[in-house]
Amino acid sequence: MNHSLVNWFKFASPASFYPLVGRLIPFFATAAAILTIAGLWVGLVVAPTDAQQGEGYRIIFVHVPASWMSMFIYCVMAFWAALGLAFNTRLSGMMTSALAPTGALFAFLSLWTGALWGKPMWGAWWVWDARLTSQLILFFLYLGFIALQAAIDDPRRADKAGAILALVGVINVPIIYFSVQWWNTLHQGASVSMTKAPSMAHTMLLGMLLMALAFWAYTIAVALMRVRCIILERELTSGWVKKNAME
Amino acid sequence: MNGLLYPFQQSVRRDLLLAARHKTEIVTALFFFVIVVNLLPLGIGPDPDLLRKIAPGALWIGALLATLLGLQRLFAPDHADGTLEQMALSPQSFTLLVAGKILAHWVVAGLPVVLIAPVLGLQFDLSGRSLLILTVSLLLGTPILSLIGAVGAALTLGVRGSGALLSLLILPLYIPALIFGAGAVEADLAGLGSEGHLSLLAALLVVSTFFAPWVTTVALRVALE
Repeated sequence: MNHSLVNWFKFASPASFYPLVGRLIPFFATAAAILTIAGLWVGLVVAPTDAQQGEGYRIIFVHVPASWMSMFIYCVMAFWAALGLAFNTRLSGMMTSALAPTGALFAFLSLWTGALWGKPMWGAWWVWDARLTSQLILFFLYLGFIALQAAIDDPRRADKAGAILALVGVINVPIIYFSVQWWNTLHQGASVSMTKAPSMAHTMLLGMLLMALAFWAYTIAVALMRVRCIILERELTSGWVKKNAME
Repeated sequence: MNGLLYPFQQSVRRDLLLAARHKTEIVTALFFFVIVVNLLPLGIGPDPDLLRKIAPGALWIGALLATLLGLQRLFAPDHADGTLEQMALSPQSFTLLVAGKILAHWVVAGLPVVLIAPVLGLQFDLSGRSLLILTVSLLLGTPILSLIGAVGAALTLGVRGSGALLSLLILPLYIPALIFGAGAVEADLAGLGSEGHLSLLAALLVVSTFFAPWVTTVALRVALE
């Protein structure tokens, strides 16, 4: 009766998800490549030089989308974690663990590009700003998740333990963010505002949006590739994988 | 006596009795706390102004580490001898039994730290008022450490290299408690009043008391599967 519902559950099975993903990956990979080239071209060539920050500001075309993605991926992980715990679907856990390394990569990239940007702009590689600190903690949360999953041998237990950790983490992220913010205002330390200029040139915004879309496509493509590997690893003994590998 | 909280009381009683028969564990964790806190002046220098400034943070970080030390043994011995499985299978509420274990852990690991903190604070030249606020913040905060830590202990139960892994999972989640706990003294010294920080700490305590035993139970059931 309800056809859309039936379809969703159909692809919750690794056996039917695997070929579907195989068809989707080239699409997202191509999109990621094209969007990256377009975004970099707009960001590095077309966008005007910033009046105050000079050419150095151009790092935001990588920095801002990377920070967005790192936060967004954690939410997506928590979504799959909740789904996995609620419906006990194997694929949800696989998706959660497939997303984690990419999230950690973006969190690290955001910290690193932030440091590269901070040195010429603020004169320091690192300041104890609320955003920087909470981004660092987010990176630690990713590392904790990956370490927990790597330490547990039984994949089903690793999935469930990781799901619980991801959910505990996602509840804590806002608490950590606000506590760090209050801590920072209390200390009156580096009172650096990271708020962007209100009127951003349209080309700059376009470049940033293109890069954000490129990172989205990249994340989807890479996470799906990784989930295919995880599916193959875990379903090694099942019939359809053997058939698939023979081809 | 056979009320709703009966399993909770029995679980607390049992764990405290076990702890009382292995007194060295309590004493070791306590002296670990004392030594860590005392190492800081040796590393930083004996300047009283500086010491007064770092005292709340130093004591709080010492408390975090001392809590971590005992957490590894929160469920591991019961898991090893099968008691934990019996608890999970028993008709009594597993969550209440787990909550009792967490409370017992706090009495064994957290409470001694709270009680000895004013003495260590004196070494850092804190005033009487600051000592009081610091002790209250630890009294409110150390149960949070035990509660959140129990989730990590349950997740890493019987896992390879669980000790280091536990620290990696739990320490980032301790940050809010650390900030508000250590910040309370500082806010008072800055003339802002410590009520805000202590209220937030109490709020964290209420929220974690509500959720942590339940999440710990879910995590333990995953570990026992």
